[in-house]
Amino acid sequence: MNVIEHGRGKPPLDPHLKALENEAIHIFREVAAEFERPVMLYSIGKDSSVLLHLALKAFHPGKLPFPLIHIDTGWKFPEMIAFRDQVVAKHGLELISHTNPDGLRDNVTPFTHGSARYTDIMKTQALKQALDMGRHDAAFGGARRDEEASRAKERIYSFRTPDHAWDPRNQRPELWSIYNGMIHPGESVRAFPLSNWTEVDIWRYIQAEQIELVPLYFAKRRKVVERDGMLIWAEDKRLELLPGEQVREEMVRFRTLGCFPLTGAVRSEATDLDEVIAELEIATVSERQGRAIDRDQSGSMEKKKREGYF
Amino acid sequence: MSSQTLSHAAQSIDSSDETPLAGAQAALAGRQARPLRFITCGSVDDGKSTLIGRLLWDTKAVKEDQAATLRRDSTGKQNELGLPDFALLLDGLQAEREQGITIDVAYRYFATDRRSFIVADTPGHVQYTRNMATGASTADLAVLLVDARAGILEQTRRHATIAALMGIRQFVLAVNKIDLADYEEARFRAISREFREIALSLGVRQVTAIPVSALKGENIVLRGDGAMPWYDGPTLVEVLEKATQRTGQTTGFRLPVQRVSRPGEGFRGYQGTVAGGSIKPGDSVVVLPSGVEANVKAIVTYDLVRNAAVTGDAITLVLDRPVDVARGDMIAAIDQRPQTGRAFNARLVALSPDGIVPGKRYWLKAGARRQRVMVRPTASLNLTSGNWDDATFLSVNGIGTAELDFEDTAIFDAYETNRETGAFILIDPETLNTVAGGMIDGKRSRAGCFDALPDADRASITLPARLLEAFLKTEFARSHAGEIRVNGPEQVDEE
Ligand SMILES: Nc1nc2c(ncn2[C@@H]2O[C@H](COP(=O)(O)OP(=O)(O)O)[C@@H](O)[C@H]2O)c(=O)[nH]1
Repeated sequence: MNVIEHGRGKPPLDPHLKALENEAIHIFREVAAEFERPVMLYSIGKDSSVLLHLALKAFHPGKLPFPLIHIDTGWKFPEMIAFRDQVVAKHGLELISHTNPDGLRDNVTPFTHGSARYTDIMKTQALKQALDMGRHDAAFGGARRDEEASRAKERIYSFRTPDHAWDPRNQRPELWSIYNGMIHPGESVRAFPLSNWTEVDIWRYIQAEQIELVPLYFAKRRKVVERDGMLIWAEDKRLELLPGEQVREEMVRFRTLGCFPLTGAVRSEATDLDEVIAELEIATVSERQGRAIDRDQSGSMEKKKREGYF
Repeated sequence: MSSQTLSHAAQSIDSSDETPLAGAQAALAGRQARPLRFITCGSVDDGKSTLIGRLLWDTKAVKEDQAATLRRDSTGKQNELGLPDFALLLDGLQAEREQGITIDVAYRYFATDRRSFIVADTPGHVQYTRNMATGASTADLAVLLVDARAGILEQTRRHATIAALMGIRQFVLAVNKIDLADYEEARFRAISREFREIALSLGVRQVTAIPVSALKGENIVLRGDGAMPWYDGPTLVEVLEKATQRTGQTTGFRLPVQRVSRPGEGFRGYQGTVAGGSIKPGDSVVVLPSGVEANVKAIVTYDLVRNAAVTGDAITLVLDRPVDVARGDMIAAIDQRPQTGRAFNARLVALSPDGIVPGKRYWLKAGARRQRVMVRPTASLNLTSGNWDDATFLSVNGIGTAELDFEDTAIFDAYETNRETGAFILIDPETLNTVAGGMIDGKRSRAGCFDALPDADRASITLPARLLEAFLKTEFARSHAGEIRVNGPEQVDEE
C-alpha cells in the first residue's frame, strides 16, 4: 500500500501547536479504540474543521473509523451545507444529517419560538435523538475549555448519564493522559480533543495547516439587515423584515457560524486568512467592532432581551 | 505580520496603564516551546483567585465578553484599585457562584509572547488532596501561595508534599499580600528560608521565592520596583517563562500501542504516542509482553513518512516483520526495556469516598493497557508529621503505598524515571469510577509472591466462578492475595 504524504514541503508546526496536535490525536485514537460506536459531531465551523483535520491525521493512512453527525436545523447558511457536502465527498466520509422531526412538524423557527426554545428543540433535542438512534456511546465534540467559565472544569472525557445529562459534581477525576472509558450500558461520554486549545491556537493551526473554511468567515459584500444591534444575513426569503428595517449590502464576515437568524455578521475588509487573523488582534485591542455580539449562543441573546434590549 | 505582532504583544504587556482589553493574546507568531503546565496551591483567602485573575488580566487573556460580564457582575464588589473582582472570572459553574465556593479543578489559559501556559486551578479546602493530585499529575511546576502576614502554614507543607509526591520538581513560592506586611524584606527572607528547607526535605531543589501583591499586580506580570526596591529577582511570569519542561523521560523508547491500523493492502501499523526516548527506522525493538523482537521499518504520519520520532509524538509505527501486536502492548527499545512482572509496589492517591479496600480486585489502566489487579495498601502518609504509618486501608484523599498483584504480565517503568509509563489509574469494577491515581515505585519480588515459588511448590484448584468470587472476598484470600493466582473465565464482567 502506498502511503500518501500530505505535508511534503510544508514547514513543520511550532512546538506549541505540535504538542496540542499530538494530544488531540492521542485522544481520538483512545476513544476510537475503547468505545463501540463513536461518532463525531460536525458543525461545519472553524473548530469542527480543525477537529476533522486532526481526526484525519489520527487515523491516517486509514479512513475515519466513525461517522460524522450534523444537526441540521434547516436554518443554516446554504454556504455551510454546500461546504459540508464538499468536505464529505473529498474525504470519503460517512455523514449522518439529522433534523428534529418534531420541530419540523410543529414548525419551530427562531422567529416564532424564541431563540432559547428553538435552540433546545432544534439543536439539543435533535442531537440527543441522533445519538440515541445510532446508539453512540461516545461523541467527539470541538468544545474548548477557554470558551467560557463554566467549561473550564469540563473533562476531556465528559461523562453523561443515559439521558445525556452532565453533572458537574459527578465527573471522574482525570490524571495524566490516562482516560477512563469504562461505562455502563446506556451511559456515554463526550470527548473533547480540543479541550486545551485557545481560540488563537485554532486560527494559527488553520493557517499553518492550510485548512479550508466555509467562505462565510471571509469578508464579502453580503445583504444584511440591522436588528437588535446585530447584522443579520438577509438573503433568505424566510427572514421577514420588521417595520423600519432596511436591507443593505455591506462588506461583512462571520466570526462564528450557526443558524443565520441568530448569527451576527461583523463589518470587515478581511478577505483572507492573514487578514482575518490580523483583524482579530486589532479588533480586540481597539474595540472597533463595538458591542455587536456575534455569537450563535441563544443565551447571550436571551440575556440581552431580558436586560431590556427590546 | 509576525514581527509586528511580536512587538505589539510585548508592548501591551509592558504598558500597565492602558485599559486591558479582551482577548489581545500575545503573539500569533510561532511559539518555541510547548505550553507550560503548572498548578497553584494555597489556603483559602491567601489570594489564589486574585493571583490567577491577575495573570489572566495582565496578559490580556480575558475575553471581551468575559470582561464585560465581569464589570457588570462585580459592581459594588470592586476592589480598592477599581478593578473587577477577579474571583468572579474564575468561578464558572452556577452552583459555585451561588455558594461562593470552588469545587473542582479548573483549567485556565494565558500566554505571553514567549510562551503559553495552562494553569490547573485547584480549590484550597474541600477534597484538596484529590484535586491537587489531579492538577499536579500533568504539571511541570507548582506555585505555592502564602499570606506574607501568616507565613508558612501546615497547609503549605501539605501542598508541597503532594506536589513533590506527584513528581513536580520546580516550586515557586509566592509570598502574597506583601503590601499588607509593609513590603518588609526581612519578613520575606525569613519565609523563603523556611520554605526552602521544606522543599529540600522533599527533594526539590529548584525553588524561587517571590514577594508579590496579587491585588496590586506587583511582581506578577509587571515589576513591583517602586514598592520593593530591595527585590531584584524575577517576576512570577518571568520564572514561568523560563521554567523547564519536565520531560522526566530518562528511559529508552516506549510506545504504548493504542490501536492497530490495518487499512488494507498489507499495511499494518501500530498507533500510539511515544512515551519515552526516540526512534528511527532500522532501530531494534521488542514487543511486550510477548517478547518478540523486530526492527522499525517506517514511522508514518499524515504529513510525512518520517526519519525519526521523539517523546510526545503521535505516530504510526511499521515493523519489518509480521508480529502479533495488540492494543495494550508496549513496543520498547530492545536494550532498555521496561520492567515486566506480576507484582509491583506503588504509591496511591485515593480519589473516591469508598477509599481503597485491601484485597479488592480493581481494573488498572496504564497507557492503553487495562488489566485486573489486586491491591493491598501497606502504609499511609500522615501529611502532618510526614511519616508513613502502617495501614491496610486508604480512605478518600489518603496517600499510601500499596502492593499490586496482577493476573497477567504488567509492564511499567518507575514513575521517577518515566511519568507516562510509571503512572496508572484504578477503576472500581462495579461503579466504573476512577478511584485512585497511582505511581509505580518498582517491581516487587519477594518470598511469598506467587511468581517467586518454584513450580513444585504450587498447586491449583478449579472452582465455579461464583465460588471464586466469594473465596476471594474471604479474609484468608485477602491476606494471601500475593500468593494466589487467578486464571480463566477472564473478564466475564467486562461487557
Ligand atoms: N492587600 C492585598 N489583598 C489581597 C491580595 N491578594 C488577595 N487579596 C485579597 O484577599 C482576599 C482573598 O483573596 P482570594 O483571591 O479570594 O483568595 P483565595 O481564597 O485564595 O482564592 C480578597 O479580598 C482579595 O482582594 C494582595 O496581594 N494584597
